[in-house]
Amino acid sequence: MFGFFSSNLITVVDGIAFGVLLFTIALGLSLVFGVMDVLSLAHGSLYLIGSYIAVSVSTAFTPTLGFFVLALVLAVALGSLAGAGLSFLTRPLASRGHLDQALLTLGVAFVVGDLLAQQYGREVRTVAPPSPFDGSVSVFGSTYPTYRLVIIAVGLALAIAAYLVIERTKMGALVQATVADAQMVRALGVNTGRLMTGVFAVGAALAAFGGVLGAPILNAAPGLDNRVLILGLVVVVIGGLGSVAGAFVGALVIGQVQTLGVSLAPSYAAFLTFGAMALVLLLRPAGILGKGRLA
Amino acid sequence: MSADLVVTNLRAGYGVSTVLDGVNLTVGAGEVVGLLGRNGVGKTTLMSTLMGWLSPSAGSVRLGDREIAGLPTHQIARAGVAIVPQGRRVFAPLTVENNLRIAHKGSQRWTIERIFEIMPRLAERRRNRGDQLSGGEQQMLAIARALLLDPALLLLDEPSDGLAPSVVTQVMEILASLRGEGLSVLLVEQDLHVAFSVADRILVMQKGRIVHDSTTEEFRSDGERGRRLLGIA
Repeated sequence: MFGFFSSNLITVVDGIAFGVLLFTIALGLSLVFGVMDVLSLAHGSLYLIGSYIAVSVSTAFTPTLGFFVLALVLAVALGSLAGAGLSFLTRPLASRGHLDQALLTLGVAFVVGDLLAQQYGREVRTVAPPSPFDGSVSVFGSTYPTYRLVIIAVGLALAIAAYLVIERTKMGALVQATVADAQMVRALGVNTGRLMTGVFAVGAALAAFGGVLGAPILNAAPGLDNRVLILGLVVVVIGGLGSVAGAFVGALVIGQVQTLGVSLAPSYAAFLTFGAMALVLLLRPAGILGKGRLA
Repeated sequence: MSADLVVTNLRAGYGVSTVLDGVNLTVGAGEVVGLLGRNGVGKTTLMSTLMGWLSPSAGSVRLGDREIAGLPTHQIARAGVAIVPQGRRVFAPLTVENNLRIAHKGSQRWTIERIFEIMPRLAERRRNRGDQLSGGEQQMLAIARALLLDPALLLLDEPSDGLAPSVVTQVMEILASLRGEGLSVLLVEQDLHVAFSVADRILVMQKGRIVHDSTTEEFRSDGERGRRLLGIA
């Protein structure tokens, strides 16, 4: 048992880092779907926009921590604006079902994808980790890139912050109440339209933030938007809709499936992620931590 | 805060079917008005329309000097209308305390502490989730949530529905204790005992219209007429 862990430790830690990145996109997807009942397939584009912001900033400046933080700030600002825009765009479709919303947001994703490809080209663009974190450290005797540990730390901090906001603040209570019964929340004098735009903006900002954070390990390239979107959706299904803890657990599970699973059983790589999702759907249709109230 | 509610020729429905067919009614400042009627005559539709959950196709709803018909729900709520809806609709995933916190908008008169004094049972259950409460506790929570909005007009849709008699008594006591607050109340109620004990005036609805309007005493004085209006054999 110990031998297994020591020989696969780096892969496990890699899986945690990847899972944390997936969490940034899955949390937004989960909240937007849970609170607004809007299925946004443009969420992967927001992630990719973040990654290309990291590319632009790291091309224009030396990759120091300051400029990396600048990229994060830009991504959050642009992501929030894009999220608010998507919220307005999808509002007229609120009563027309998920298929129409999926078609609209998928259209947006195609347009954004093409615009980004025009701007940045079709080849893979790499981003160097910011300077204090571009080295390696020793983890249980193995050498490991420092930056991936930073991703894990930032992701954990984000998860804790999101959990505290949703579970402990009045705003979080309002978000949960809106997921449960938006009409009744309006009867308390709350403009749920504004609340939903806010949630969409935060969800989108998180995805763009994840895009910057993930750029030094996943790079930026056309198609990455679809990959993270699909994995994000799988995470939401596995973790349960509208649940912060669910999105986190789901993201860690898929992170491991994508790294450890693929490393141990490479021939089943394509099957593993969706196999894991099917298994969860069979055993717990509302997700690992889902309460089933949004089904 | 208290206000007159004046509803004039209000019409509303679902799709092509008209449910409210020209409703006229008033609720005076500080008055408790009981709205009676058989199932399906439009009482809950009236409550939903007053709250803005359903858009009226015609007519006027004035609260004080403000026209509120057709406004979005959150603006109607901010104008001073609160509802205790049928089925209570407390927020299941939230604790009692959070159900109350999101309703409280800074009213000095109605605070969560005061609610806990009036309804000590809710204080005991403050850390429980909405879906862990009994029907009576949920009803109290729904009433408390509405009071924290410090409304001018309280819409109560069948507060005794599905509750044990002892719990109905508790709910009635709470409603009676609100009398001194100057709150205007429109109460839809199937339980005549509850309606008679708290209402100043009784309205009867038939086929989407108000067909009777009198003081509670006057309504009770003619049992035969009451039974006829309510279709009780």
